[in-house]
Amino acid sequence: MLAAFRRPGRLVSVLTISQAIVDAIVAHARRDHPDEACGIVAGPVGSDTPTRHIPMTNAARSMTFYEFDSMEYLRVWREMEARDEEPVVIYHSHTATEAYPSRTDIAYAGWPQAHYLLVSTREPDVTEIRSFRIVDGTVTEEPVRVVEGHGSPEGAAELRPQSSDPNREPTVDPNAVQSYLFGQNPVTVDYECRSAS
Amino acid sequence: MAIEVRIPTILRSYTGGAKAVEGSGETLRELIENLDATYPGLRDRLITAEGGLHRFVNVYVNDEDVRFLGALDAKVSDGDSVTILPAVAGGAPVAAGAPVARFVTA
Repeated sequence: MLAAFRRPGRLVSVLTISQAIVDAIVAHARRDHPDEACGIVAGPVGSDTPTRHIPMTNAARSMTFYEFDSMEYLRVWREMEARDEEPVVIYHSHTATEAYPSRTDIAYAGWPQAHYLLVSTREPDVTEIRSFRIVDGTVTEEPVRVVEGHGSPEGAAELRPQSSDPNREPTVDPNAVQSYLFGQNPVTVDYECRSAS
Repeated sequence: MAIEVRIPTILRSYTGGAKAVEGSGETLRELIENLDATYPGLRDRLITAEGGLHRFVNVYVNDEDVRFLGALDAKVSDGDSVTILPAVAGGAPVAAGAPVARFVTA
């Protein structure tokens, strides 16, 4: 089931996500920079709604490669199954290049119903965020529609840091990001660019 | 002998949509061959032409990643639960002078 932004005669895939979760993803990417950051936003099966942010450990701890830690992934997957959730968003960051899926990203894209969110932290004061569907090796960019609120029906986003550093606080540093640049889709764009106040 | 195998979404087209199937075998390799007999095409998504475990999947027997149990030679027994998940990984294009990306091998 896809969340669709309906234009006359055309159905377009779109990622609808709360500002709070976007902020949390960006904060995670900034924390791990210059290593690539990666994670999931889970949501109820079939809802296409990202509600629960799960930052994951990058077992590769690399500036140019990421992979989920195998055992953490199993645990998170079992937890999603128990909660009747699926990965709605799978995100990772590029720390020196653009927020576009690489050939490796495309080769590994194994969750066809997920929105693949790319975050680029190559600029210190602008974070580039773009979303893509990757199905059977085909990449299709989609607009990111940021909504107010905390992203879950109960109104509260869950933030569970999975990184190995227990001293990392899951908070957003207001100085870390001054503006967001969202992917442009000529068909339908509905996003907000924020600058630091 | 029944071993439950959890199938990820991307492979359910081979199992008629089933999220979990049952198979038999003494090793993971035998189990996959056994499943392929009932669900043709499944093996080629899990085992490469060279006969190794595909790097695009994570396979677990109960609570352990099979890469630590001998990969396709991992022992399986009646009552075990095998989970297959698509590997989640990737990398940025390598810029000139940047460290070479590390690739996962089976």
